[in-house]
Amino acid sequence: MTLGDIAISNLRRRKGKAFFVLAGLLIGVSTVVALLSLVSAMKEDINHKLEMYGANILIVPKTENLSLTYGGLSLGGVSFEMQEIREEELENIKKIANANNVAALGPMVLGPVTVADQRLLMAGVDFQAFRVLRPWWTMKGQEPDDDGALLGSEAARLLGLGTGDKFQVNDREIQVTGVLETTGSQDDGLIFAPLAMTQELLGKKDRISMAEVAALCSGCPIPEMVKQISDVLPGANVMAIQQVVKGRMETLNHFEKFSYGVSALVLLVGSLMVLVTMMGSVRERTVEIGIFSAMGFRGSHVIRIILMEAAIISGLAGVLGYLVGFSVTKMLIPLFTEGHGAHVPFDPVMAAGAFLLSIFVGLAASSYPAFAASRLDPNEALRAL
Amino acid sequence: MKRIQAQQIAKQYGKGDTAVTALKGISFTIDAGEFVAVMGESGSGKSTLLSIVGTLNSPTSGRLTVDDIDVYALGKDKRADFRRKSIGFVFQNFNLLPYLTLAENVMLPLATVREKRAKKRSMALAALARVGLAEKAERLPSQVSGGEQERVAIARAIVGRPPIILADEPTGNLDSKTGKDIMGIINGLNSEGMTIIMVTHNPDYAAYAHRLLRVADGVLE
Repeated sequence: MTLGDIAISNLRRRKGKAFFVLAGLLIGVSTVVALLSLVSAMKEDINHKLEMYGANILIVPKTENLSLTYGGLSLGGVSFEMQEIREEELENIKKIANANNVAALGPMVLGPVTVADQRLLMAGVDFQAFRVLRPWWTMKGQEPDDDGALLGSEAARLLGLGTGDKFQVNDREIQVTGVLETTGSQDDGLIFAPLAMTQELLGKKDRISMAEVAALCSGCPIPEMVKQISDVLPGANVMAIQQVVKGRMETLNHFEKFSYGVSALVLLVGSLMVLVTMMGSVRERTVEIGIFSAMGFRGSHVIRIILMEAAIISGLAGVLGYLVGFSVTKMLIPLFTEGHGAHVPFDPVMAAGAFLLSIFVGLAASSYPAFAASRLDPNEALRAL
Repeated sequence: MKRIQAQQIAKQYGKGDTAVTALKGISFTIDAGEFVAVMGESGSGKSTLLSIVGTLNSPTSGRLTVDDIDVYALGKDKRADFRRKSIGFVFQNFNLLPYLTLAENVMLPLATVREKRAKKRSMALAALARVGLAEKAERLPSQVSGGEQERVAIARAIVGRPPIILADEPTGNLDSKTGKDIMGIINGLNSEGMTIIMVTHNPDYAAYAHRLLRVADGVLE
């Protein structure tokens, strides 16, 4: 017979009260697990959607006094006459600490060309990277290979060209392999061609005018990445497209704050349930606790018995709470997310956290009843005779 | 050796107009190995006296010493340790825990003692054997008679071999034959050297004692 045996025997005897405490904690823990898992899955879903927004970091050459808008965003600017970035310098981006968070890196060379007496802006790009950077592009035709071109809708209209037509730039014949649907951005007026070919046509071999980076992923530290890229590209001006980044952060923060608030509220209610039930249990056991005192139990022994009971129930509630919360999230996730099939994997950290949180809440809520029990007048036992 | 000395013990419950004085400054000495019966009318203060001697109820004034140790000058924890080592209680209503077997009930006072489980169990079975209930060790209290429950309460009181046994009307809820059996056991414990202080209403059972303390209106007659 030990204090632990007394605690277990008492739980077996008072199954109803034990179940009530278990239910209070289980509801609290499972709600917290479900909310946090749900928010985590929703964040993943939102991140996925935000990735559809394209680039969020822009790299342009350092300049003194330039102003240019691009893509509807105020980005500082770029001049075609200014000093360009060397293409090989972009390789340094692969060495930054958060290189793994770079979803796509799209170098771009820009320069004016004359086509059929019309002055237009030609952009040499890496089409593979642009699939990530311009996910909203839709086109008639297809991306060019090494020597074709993709026309913006306005450029195609101005030049009177369509898919399959050919035009000349600096005596070089280029075939239109596709025409972009209207995007409402400056892309509509551009001629997009493979990077290497454009560099050659513009006489800017191995040089680029700007580069775009897509670094949208869960928890990407955008400001930190901007600093890291600035460090490896001292000759470039690196900027975060603030609207996208801030919007994304605000959305995620809002969700997180909401889940923490609701979790705290539910846990508070759960812990009050535990407190009230344990206080009731202590009152019910006044005579029993008095007998313990008569037998020479110290106050600390009584506290240990009650806290052991609380720890056993809380531990069980933690395990069951995680399983219930996990299952509920699995069931609810299709209702809260769309599209790419957000999933809820078994999270050992969250499982351990739920277990420890449950024990912490159970013990904290039981500490006052345990203390009150230890302060009971042992003479109550004899008076009750 | 446990010599109990009470000096001018007084106990008052409540304050002001509602105050009730249970003991009005009583003094006595009980030598080690004595068997003392405490008698008195209901409300005379005898149960208060027993609880004070049992170190469960602080007197309003006066001093209780056991082997010259002022027990109420000890801290709560030290007093609990003293109680565990020195005093065994036998309650009128047995006060067995209904969810524990008889052996587990007897083992209860040993729960805070650092001892191997098997050793505790053998001590409990020896105490149950001492009161003739070894064969019913695994039964629950509800599965034995009132007299047997009282014997289990005695076994629980003696399992730690305390030198002092305090019994509050141990035969109060029993028929006369069972009561005599219980008195036989208590008398036997006294013969083995234990100091017995027993509250009783029954003069026949008080006759087992070496000495009688009669309490009336909070004083010794």
